[in-house]
Amino acid sequence: MRLFVSEGAPGSLPVLAAAGRVRGRAELLISTVGPEECVVPFLTQPKVPVLQLDSGNYLFSTTAICRYFFLLSGWEQDDLTNQWLEWEATELQPTLSAALYYLVVQGKKGEDVLGPLRRALTHIDHSLSRQNCPFLAGETESLADIVLWGVLYPLLQDPAYLPEELGALRSWFQTLSTQEPCQRAAETVLKQQGVLALRPYLQKQSQPSLPEEKAVSNEPEEEELATLSEEEIAMAVTAWEKGLGSLPSFRPQQNPVLPVAGERNVLITSALPYVNNVPHLGNIIGCVLSADVFARYSRLRQWNTLYLCGTDEYGTATETKAMEEGLTPQEICDKYHNIHADIYRWFNISFDIFGRTTTPQQTKITQDIFHRLLARGFVLQDSVEQLRCERCARFLADRFVEGICPFCGYEEARGDQCDKCGKLINAIELKKPQCKVCRSCPVVKSSQHLFLDLPKLEKRLEEWLGKTLPGSDWTPNARFIIRSWLRDGLKPRCITRDLKWGTPVPLKGFEDKVFYVWFDATIGYLSITANYTDQWERWWKNPEQVDLYQFMAKDNVPFHGLVFPCSALGAEDNYTLVKHLIATEYLNYEDGKFSKSRGVGVFGDMAQDTGIPADIWRFYLLYIRPEGQDSAFSWTDMLLKNNSELLNNLGNFINRAGMFVSKFFGGSVPEMVLTPDDQRLLAHITLELRHYHQLLEKVRIPGCLTQYPHHIFDSGNQYIQVNEPWKRIKGTEADRQRAGTVTGLAVNIAALLSIMLQPFMPTVSATIQTQLQLPLPACSVLLTKFLCTLPAGHQIGMVTPLFQKLENDQIESLRQRFGGGQVKVSHKPAVVETVKTVGPQQIQMLMDEVTKQGSIVRELKAQKADKNQVAAEVAKLLDLKKQLALAEGKPLETPKGKKKK
Amino acid sequence: MAAAAELKLLEKSLRLSKGNKYSAQGERQIPVLQTNNGPSLTGLTTIATHLVKEANKEYLLGSTAEEKATVQQWLEYRVTRVDGHSNKEDIHTLLKDLNLYLEDKVYLTGYNFTLADILLYYGLHRFIVDLTVQEKEKYLNVSRWFCHIQHYPGIRQHLSSVVFIKNRLYTNSH
Repeated sequence: MRLFVSEGAPGSLPVLAAAGRVRGRAELLISTVGPEECVVPFLTQPKVPVLQLDSGNYLFSTTAICRYFFLLSGWEQDDLTNQWLEWEATELQPTLSAALYYLVVQGKKGEDVLGPLRRALTHIDHSLSRQNCPFLAGETESLADIVLWGVLYPLLQDPAYLPEELGALRSWFQTLSTQEPCQRAAETVLKQQGVLALRPYLQKQSQPSLPEEKAVSNEPEEEELATLSEEEIAMAVTAWEKGLGSLPSFRPQQNPVLPVAGERNVLITSALPYVNNVPHLGNIIGCVLSADVFARYSRLRQWNTLYLCGTDEYGTATETKAMEEGLTPQEICDKYHNIHADIYRWFNISFDIFGRTTTPQQTKITQDIFHRLLARGFVLQDSVEQLRCERCARFLADRFVEGICPFCGYEEARGDQCDKCGKLINAIELKKPQCKVCRSCPVVKSSQHLFLDLPKLEKRLEEWLGKTLPGSDWTPNARFIIRSWLRDGLKPRCITRDLKWGTPVPLKGFEDKVFYVWFDATIGYLSITANYTDQWERWWKNPEQVDLYQFMAKDNVPFHGLVFPCSALGAEDNYTLVKHLIATEYLNYEDGKFSKSRGVGVFGDMAQDTGIPADIWRFYLLYIRPEGQDSAFSWTDMLLKNNSELLNNLGNFINRAGMFVSKFFGGSVPEMVLTPDDQRLLAHITLELRHYHQLLEKVRIPGCLTQYPHHIFDSGNQYIQVNEPWKRIKGTEADRQRAGTVTGLAVNIAALLSIMLQPFMPTVSATIQTQLQLPLPACSVLLTKFLCTLPAGHQIGMVTPLFQKLENDQIESLRQRFGGGQVKVSHKPAVVETVKTVGPQQIQMLMDEVTKQGSIVRELKAQKADKNQVAAEVAKLLDLKKQLALAEGKPLETPKGKKKK
Repeated sequence: MAAAAELKLLEKSLRLSKGNKYSAQGERQIPVLQTNNGPSLTGLTTIATHLVKEANKEYLLGSTAEEKATVQQWLEYRVTRVDGHSNKEDIHTLLKDLNLYLEDKVYLTGYNFTLADILLYYGLHRFIVDLTVQEKEKYLNVSRWFCHIQHYPGIRQHLSSVVFIKNRLYTNSH
């Protein structure tokens, strides 16, 4: 037999490793061919590796070739191996080939490569650790191990792509990599060049398309319906019929909220905003708004939920601000604390507590943790060379020094960190330091300080991370940041400062010093809770029963994922530590950054002056939440999202459903007699609802918001469109009954939507619920099933439109008022320009045309018109959608065919 | 056709009397079988292979090493290529390749009927029913094979029977 391989073809690795099995049993010749050579006569696409058998037949699947080699050596096939190989072909391979392509051909790095693959790698890791065997299919190495090892080797041989938290995967991989046939195969294929050896082959391949989470297809309903089982339908119908009866008994809000043993207890924090900055939209979406969605969702699930936040008030910046405004630091904090509280109240953030860090509880708890650390030998003392500005007569905090970065030469490096290279800087290492206040050159003076001995705590931290990370919902960026800190090794970190405005250090000789934010700010969560209830320890010293979710932007990850856990672990007082650390990337404004000093961007207190309701802000900010990558706020985009998603789709559906009830049935929900098609719709909506839960449980906010409410009102709109209750109401008795069923089902879908929207748009949700007069117990609970919450005979209220159109000139004047965007377009790459050149009017026009064409197609289909005629109209529709997508700068939707039963 | 429904069909054609229960997993609705004695099995071809063994019809998995590997290769082809693509162009490439492959074969492995024929038949059914007479003639070898499998005892069951015309109408379009 003859094996055809090609330079750098990834499939060669497993095949060559498995070929060791046939040595001495059969003659194997190996030929090298070009990557585009068609070896197999019947395949249109070139394919390597390929095995030509002595019978003349070909094996063109990598796995089948490996399997054949194993079979020749007397191995018997088994279920578990088959299962692994099928998983490899259908689940692993699509993401893996995309990852390799990104890395080798496109030169991407880090999370861009690893991200899509993480789920598959975690699956292998979990399976290995669960079954507690060294190999995938048992105690000995099998075909599954060779194939998976072989396909993963090019990537995982680089330790950067073998996540540390996946311990079982690591040891499995390392065991196999040291075996002789594997080692030889790796040398032959990668030739010591690492993954780049795959380039000659991969660059000839077209870019593999990453399987979409779920593309929004033209006809989601039909496709989904086809895959529903009888059982699912029966279950959905039962749940529907039980209706309000399946709701748990109403639980009044507890005060204070406390965890309950045996129930799910969720403690949610959002990063404490610094008191003297008015938060901008990026701050709001990164912390408080994201956490608010999760908190509201968590309450809908009836989990005991405590959501807290507060202002971070100590530090030099406050002292300076006080000097500027001629107030005391305390007065400054009082003033700005209220500004913050007002902004969050306007955005409808559902804090259980919005506290502050300048309280006696803060002093008490911080000093207690400090004493415990000191007693256990985790605090060091050392003298520090520090910058002192003689003109201002004080030691300069890091943020009050600027200079040239000693690592990269960036001219405006801050005293603690360089914005350009991201490295942490010791302020005295800055070249040409300057006092930020008076611009004079500070001098170096020595002062005694206390340090947290992080190196001594590193082992405990790693143990804790090893237990916490696997299976948790830490975002990839947070894992990445913590990993890189640990890789560089932890160093002692100074926890005191020469200031007055802070928590006093309770140690002789340190009377004129205070704790530094690194140590003190994250303790704020504990003290804020302590000010809320004297039973705060039931939340914060209860790691077994409490799930702690912490929300923040990525720059806060080290404090929450590393420094506070180290302090808490060292203090040995059974603290509740973060279980899920949810970090966002950054939000930009139009095509630049938010900047208070340049007056660019929208800040929290200005949002309410725009006249746009808070819920619209919430919706749009959540829609573009920078999850996984930076994103940008754009006025045009906000207009589009409001006018299309909210006004035309969501609002339209809910309004129609309600109007039919009032107009045709006098406001009373009609009798519903479900046909098999209606029952399928119930099951379909239940399925969508399940996906919604899956995403929100994992805090995938835009993923959820862009898909699930949408899928549901889309199905609803389509359902109404196809069944035409407005025509049937004028027909025969049977027609009238049908109109009633359709209306009743549609208005119940609207009721479900009102609950699903509650975490995102609480005011809109409440408005819908009032309009529909949704019974109170149904408003505060979201089950995993779709229930009939508005039974026949239920009287609804007044139905009015929910959303208002945003006009172009209104948006244009806001854009000008808040700056950015238009001013500096010159240096932007052309890709972005295509988005900008198409005005909102044109987009609106295209959108209208799509809607029009859509109804033409629907009508034709409903009339069962000639196939070719339908096809022609569908083609027109797709073309229009393509133009629209281009105009909006969205990726094209790949057209999907229908599945038929 | 949902994977669970397809496995039900397979159970019947294998004359397995006790019906299994299947659940579906994830976006792609991958079938899961909870076996009585052991962990659950996931994946269409994995479960199908398991059912064949349960019915003591191992010959359907191939008898030689070459046949066994070939059967599994076409099962993989079924779940990656046939199920993975549903746009018209991909399907035509697939049919063209398959047509060329089947030129000198009665069944996918050559001369023996196997599980690969059954599952490829089930997988392709939804595309073949939509082909025009002219296309069926163009993919003559696929049509011959498909027609043969749908008449194999116990395979087709409730699926619609696809009509193939014996006399060729478009003689020059082969």
